[in-house]
Amino acid sequence: MKEHETLEQRLHEQGISRRSFLKFCAAMATMMALPPGSASAIAATLAKVNRPSVIWLSFQECTGCTESLTRSHSPALESLIFDMISLDYHHTLQAASGFAAEQSREDAMKEFHGKYLLLVDGSIPIKDGGVYSTIAGRTNLDMLLEAAKGAAAIVAVGSCAAFGGLPNAQPNPTGAVAVSDLIKDKPIINISGCPPIPAVITGVLAHYLTFGALPALDDRGRPKAFYGETIHDRCYRRPFYDQGKFAKTFDDEGARNGWCLYELGCKGPTTHNACATTKWNGGTSFPIESGHGCIGCSEPKFWDAGSFYAPLPAPTADVASVAKAAAAIGAGAAVAFSALDRAKKNKVQQSREKLTVDDLKGE
Amino acid sequence: MEQEMLLWVRGTGLQIAAAVFVVGMVYRMLHLLLLGRKMSLAQPRGSEWSGGLRTMWRRSFVSTKLSARGNFTVIAGFIFHIGFFVTLFFLGQHIALFRAVLGLHWPALPRGVIDISAVLAIGAMVALLVHRFVDPVKRLLSDYQDYLTWALSFLPLLTGFMLLRKIGFDYITLLTLHIASVEMLLVAAPFTKLAHMFSTFISRWYNGAVNGFKGINI
Repeated sequence: MKEHETLEQRLHEQGISRRSFLKFCAAMATMMALPPGSASAIAATLAKVNRPSVIWLSFQECTGCTESLTRSHSPALESLIFDMISLDYHHTLQAASGFAAEQSREDAMKEFHGKYLLLVDGSIPIKDGGVYSTIAGRTNLDMLLEAAKGAAAIVAVGSCAAFGGLPNAQPNPTGAVAVSDLIKDKPIINISGCPPIPAVITGVLAHYLTFGALPALDDRGRPKAFYGETIHDRCYRRPFYDQGKFAKTFDDEGARNGWCLYELGCKGPTTHNACATTKWNGGTSFPIESGHGCIGCSEPKFWDAGSFYAPLPAPTADVASVAKAAAAIGAGAAVAFSALDRAKKNKVQQSREKLTVDDLKGE
Repeated sequence: MEQEMLLWVRGTGLQIAAAVFVVGMVYRMLHLLLLGRKMSLAQPRGSEWSGGLRTMWRRSFVSTKLSARGNFTVIAGFIFHIGFFVTLFFLGQHIALFRAVLGLHWPALPRGVIDISAVLAIGAMVALLVHRFVDPVKRLLSDYQDYLTWALSFLPLLTGFMLLRKIGFDYITLLTLHIASVEMLLVAAPFTKLAHMFSTFISRWYNGAVNGFKGINI
């Protein structure tokens, strides 16, 4: 087991200047909307803190979350995450393989029991005992439950771990669920997105290391600093929405003039994320800036919420066929009941006794 | 939770509402028409069709001097109906819905015009409700259905306006409430006086046709 030296020592060894480190702390404080002066407090704390052990479990996932984090622009402030923590187990990044890899996870779990951070990406299949995804012969379900026991906190990275994501989409053949569906007794922070913004992962870890607690979360367990507003709220195309100026196709005059992509299926109004402000690829742009609507990837059930290219008002189910069948039923019922009414009327008319002269004579 | 609720009102909820609305409305209107009328054996003095169609059009213009309803009800009623239809059929977002369901689309009106039409409709509805409370005759004539149908027509307008202008709640909550309120309106429409959205033209035609048959040209 390697020594868990402090971040300052570690950075010094790598030749990263104190200036770069302070820049990183300032960026983190700004992103998380912390009060002025927090940057120096973060720097002072992070410099002294022991790098915590982190176990990263990858379940039903595509490794896109790891790609997002490691392939961010270079030299990335986000990459400092790997200096802040001691990554003791991560399929994609670890050098060890096979039994050695599993041994490293078990050692870390034993040595830092109750202290390590558990990062999870990917959903967990629970149907048929969880046989649909296994690592080293053990089901994801089994491994998560075991690793969660000794974790100080769990970070669900990506929409699959946070909400079930793509594997959870209808018809969900593997019975995929989110981490929060299985673990109830540990603090869980959801960093949703497909993939999530790298800076968000780093920001949350920096916050945890500095304050020893998770940041303020919304009702979905997501950090409010990043998921407090919708894409629509902060979209630079918002004025066109307010004016009712919508692009009708991806290459019409409206699209070329940068009008709102609402009618082309943008899910920005119902999606909470920081893409419109933090942006991607070192602040280059975000999907809407590239001319494509938001697909709503940081929200639960985003895959089942209708076509990515259907506008928000469009129904997510087939309403036209239902209406046609309903019209046939309504018409059938009207004809049937009218016939019954008519039959009843005729019957009454026929059973009516005719008044005769004899009746009038009476007694 | 709110994403699941939005998904439900956009999917299953809308299917249920559409099914109830179409079954109920087709049944009621067709049943009405199939009741038929006794054939008149009299010699017709004019055309039923021309009289019927004329009255369908002419009843849209009420002479406040001849109507017992009074200026206020007629004018506020007009403002509400026009504002409601302009908002319903000429807001870009609504046209996107019609396009998705019916395949038909037409140009939208500018957002400023829609804002005005929505505010006029909302204002007229509030005024009509106040008048219903204040006017002793109207108050006596009103039953629970009048207030129910008022609320069912008012809520989509109110939530829709709040959604466009970002008032009160967040977008997802307001969009869910807006769609849900429209679905409640659709479900209740065939079974309440809201059925007048279709039956009003049938009854106008009927009145006109009776007069047309008798050769009365009004």
